[in-house]
Amino acid sequence: MAKVLAYEEKDTWIHRLSGVTKLVFFLVWCFTSMVTYDTRVLAVMVAFSLLVFKISQTRWKQVGAVFKMVMLFLAFNVVAIFIFSPDQGTHVYGTRTVLFHIAGRYDVTKEQLFYELNVVIKYFTVIPAVFMFLVTTNPSEFAASMNKVGISYNIGYAISIALRYIPDVQGEFTKIKHAQEARGIEMSGKASFLARIKNTSAIIFPLIFSSMDRIDTVSNAMELRGYGKHKKRTWYMAKKLGRNDYFVIAFTVVFAALALGITFADGSRFYNPFTG
Amino acid sequence: MPAAKAVWQEVKTYEEEMRMKLKFGIKEVVAIGIGTALFVALTEIQLPTPIPNTYLQPRMAVMAFLAAVFGPLVGGVVGILGHALGDAMFYGSIWWSWVFPDGVVGFAIGWFAAKYAIKEGGFGTGKMIAFFNLVQAAANAVAWILVAPFLDIIIYAEPANKVFIQGLGACTGNIIIIGILGTLLCVGYSAVGAKSSSLTKEE
Repeated sequence: MAKVLAYEEKDTWIHRLSGVTKLVFFLVWCFTSMVTYDTRVLAVMVAFSLLVFKISQTRWKQVGAVFKMVMLFLAFNVVAIFIFSPDQGTHVYGTRTVLFHIAGRYDVTKEQLFYELNVVIKYFTVIPAVFMFLVTTNPSEFAASMNKVGISYNIGYAISIALRYIPDVQGEFTKIKHAQEARGIEMSGKASFLARIKNTSAIIFPLIFSSMDRIDTVSNAMELRGYGKHKKRTWYMAKKLGRNDYFVIAFTVVFAALALGITFADGSRFYNPFTG
Repeated sequence: MPAAKAVWQEVKTYEEEMRMKLKFGIKEVVAIGIGTALFVALTEIQLPTPIPNTYLQPRMAVMAFLAAVFGPLVGGVVGILGHALGDAMFYGSIWWSWVFPDGVVGFAIGWFAAKYAIKEGGFGTGKMIAFFNLVQAAANAVAWILVAPFLDIIIYAEPANKVFIQGLGACTGNIIIIGILGTLLCVGYSAVGAKSSSLTKEE
């Protein structure tokens, strides 16, 4: 089973926040980091993300494996941008300062390096936020809190069922995979392309059938217990938004507004150090 | 006025049809939940293809199947939620411009769920398979050649030629995997799970 990020119980200031607060922070944070290409704003965001990550007392063991994957993708993306568009930096910043020549149309320019640096920093603003959200949010509490702030409990339930069943489905997937491998089905790169599709379906078919059964069982159980009969329901894990929650939400919104204000002050989402 | 009555009838059946399509009851809630879990768990399998940098994602075939069985809402939400959660849990970052196209594909395939009649055992004729694949190919083309590159450019300001080539790769990969594995799943489940129309008339 591949290592994935999962909730771990701890008692920190961040763990005690409502799941909704963390979701708002997470979404606004992602949005801000998506929109801005202002290096100064991004640098502040990275510093802040790392601080939040530190406070959440997340250990390297929890996230290390996933972090290595992100780095791989990041490296891949940075190289791909250069191969496809070595002059994207010039296109963005308007000037062209060649540092050295590689071959053909491939020149390494200061503008390109700076543009790609921004792409890299953008990753680093979001990664700690994703980690923080996933490892500090209790799924049950999250569903309950979503309903508490007025979101339909159907949506909260769907998300909470998803989070609840990911480990189960993963376990079943691994079990079926091992069983099929024991019967001699090759899943590694040794099999040919078409054979691999065929072999994958040997795992997916049983998994789909058991999941369809599971959908029936769970929805029957919920129906028997009167799910959906009333407009409201009560929750065991519900948590009211506290002083800290309002503080974090207010801070997030103000920060995002400021960040976007600074970014667009000169009319562009890019910070341009090359002119001036 | 029989004409007005006929029009009114048509409006009513249309409304009824919309209500059926966008139904959000217990089944849908659970299907979204467990479907998303399936989608996330299957993020693990990525089959490399002979085309460089293009992977087949069996999770897309599973999403197409769920959409075809449970309708547009389940398909769309499993696509978006599954992609966002799966990427966050396995790769630690979410590429938002590729999350929404998944939702588009799921929603579009699910739109014709009543037509496929998979649970009723109606999916298996050549005509139906062709229709399903026509829908999925069109949905993938819109999602990956229009929506994804467009979002990539406005959200991430990435180079246009790079995102179009990547989009084209994703489009091809998804059409292939849904075309093979997705179709197989629909046919297989329809044959085994067949209920009302599994009886054949004896000559």
